Amino acid sequence: MMYSEKVMDHFANPRNVGELPDANGVGEVGNPKCGDIMRMYLKIEDNRIADVKFKTFGCGAAIATSSMATELVKGKSLEEALKLTNAAVVEALEGLPPVKIHCSVLAEQAIKAAISDYYTRLGIDPLPIVGEIRDCHEEEGCGIGH
Amino acid sequence: MKRFVYADNAATTKISDSVFQSMVPFLTEQYGNASSLYSLARESRRAVEAAREKVAKTLGAESREIYFTSCGTESDNWALKGTALAMGAKGKKHIVTTAFEHHAILHTCQALEKQGFEVTYLPVEPNGILSLDKLRAAIRPDTALVSVMYANNEIGTIQPIPEIGAICKEKGVLFHTDAVQAVGSLHINVKEQNIDMLSLSAHKLHGPKGVGALYLRKGIRIPNLIDGGAQEMGKRAGTENNAYIVGLGTAIEEATALIEEKTPKLIAMRDRLIENLLKIPHTRLNGDPVKRLPGNVNISFEGIEGESLLLMLDMQGICASSGSACTSGSLDPSHVLLAIGLPHEVAHGSLRLSLSDMNTEEDVDYILQVLPPIVERLRSMSPLWERIRQQG
Repeated sequence: MMYSEKVMDHFANPRNVGELPDANGVGEVGNPKCGDIMRMYLKIEDNRIADVKFKTFGCGAAIATSSMATELVKGKSLEEALKLTNAAVVEALEGLPPVKIHCSVLAEQAIKAAISDYYTRLGIDPLPIVGEIRDCHEEEGCGIGH
Repeated sequence: MKRFVYADNAATTKISDSVFQSMVPFLTEQYGNASSLYSLARESRRAVEAAREKVAKTLGAESREIYFTSCGTESDNWALKGTALAMGAKGKKHIVTTAFEHHAILHTCQALEKQGFEVTYLPVEPNGILSLDKLRAAIRPDTALVSVMYANNEIGTIQPIPEIGAICKEKGVLFHTDAVQAVGSLHINVKEQNIDMLSLSAHKLHGPKGVGALYLRKGIRIPNLIDGGAQEMGKRAGTENNAYIVGLGTAIEEATALIEEKTPKLIAMRDRLIENLLKIPHTRLNGDPVKRLPGNVNISFEGIEGESLLLMLDMQGICASSGSACTSGSLDPSHVLLAIGLPHEVAHGSLRLSLSDMNTEEDVDYILQVLPPIVERLRSMSPLWERIRQQG
């Protein structure tokens, strides 16, 4: 299996890694059984993602897709961020091996989960805006994009 | 300072200089077909038979009980499928093996199940050793074969082979062992240990890839896996791979002659790695601390995932392997680590370092210098580690 140079760069030097103490939207997807967990921290100001950080447990692709997803949504409006697709993450990384596509799905879903949390904190039902979060469930195994 | 450390010798090994030199004539001037009549060919025949003698001597077998194959996997396939066919015809359609065999055994067993054979996959104990009581209880009147690996490829645990051999002999059941990881590291005597069939491979002992052997005790008649010419006493067709067979002979002779000298050195390096890596919190050794191959280290670091660990080690020049799902090519982590009872998330964070006599104490120093900060770094970005720390 070969990773692109871009993937290796984002794995070796992940952007926006860490926590945001003043985050107002936090989302987590994945589970330890499947071997990947992604948590996104968003600082949303005036409907824009002013800052974003992530923490990820997972393989090289999990770390690289998390890193790339944060780069792609930073500074964007929530509407733009919600349009982020896993395909865009894969493209920005100059491709992923087929068995790793599910990592990009997780990254996309982690961003959506954090935005959902933001709306929930505001007392707004996130479901009509964000839609359903597709997550792995331990009992069912990894359903996402595998 | 950065250095290159090859610590994946259970995957494959570097060909030694002497092995390579012994092969060269048979890749150049000495190209005769070992089955032909003229003098050029006679030299090839002589070399092939000398290699056979070396393999036989290492195992305490007779030369005519050694058959060269293309690899350990072929030897495993032949032993299992051949025995199943021969014994199945006599109404014995049950095979006993373990849950943590190499895929060459497990997948062959699964193929046999599809053909109507019944296979018992014995669980192993948490220390990675097969329980003799469980084995004894699993053998039935219709059991054709017991196949238990000599030493496990991932966690290095050495199985009680002489005792298993004795049980099989007592019960009148054939006993095969996949000894791919053990040959050249441990003293093996097929007669004293009651082994009926044994698979081995050259590339795990500083020999070339693409050549192996099956020891088949005389008197055991199993059908061929590969049919064709009369090579290998009519049991395994295909023109003899002279150079590689010679390489196997040189490698096995050398590796076995070095056992006394290299074992204490390897154990010292292994145990220094284990002792120091276990100082990292939330870390566990997989497999028995004593009954393990001299060069095998298998450790799980909780809160991190194996593939990212391997990638970071590779950036520092260290070659190792892991039992994580991401490196197994499937969704599940290593079946071996699950068989010894590891939860999935702990299996995902496993690291195997396998040393050979080409490694040095400086390699160990370097691994111990480079590895802990990598674990620290990956944990610092892991939400799972955060959870583990909060739970204490």
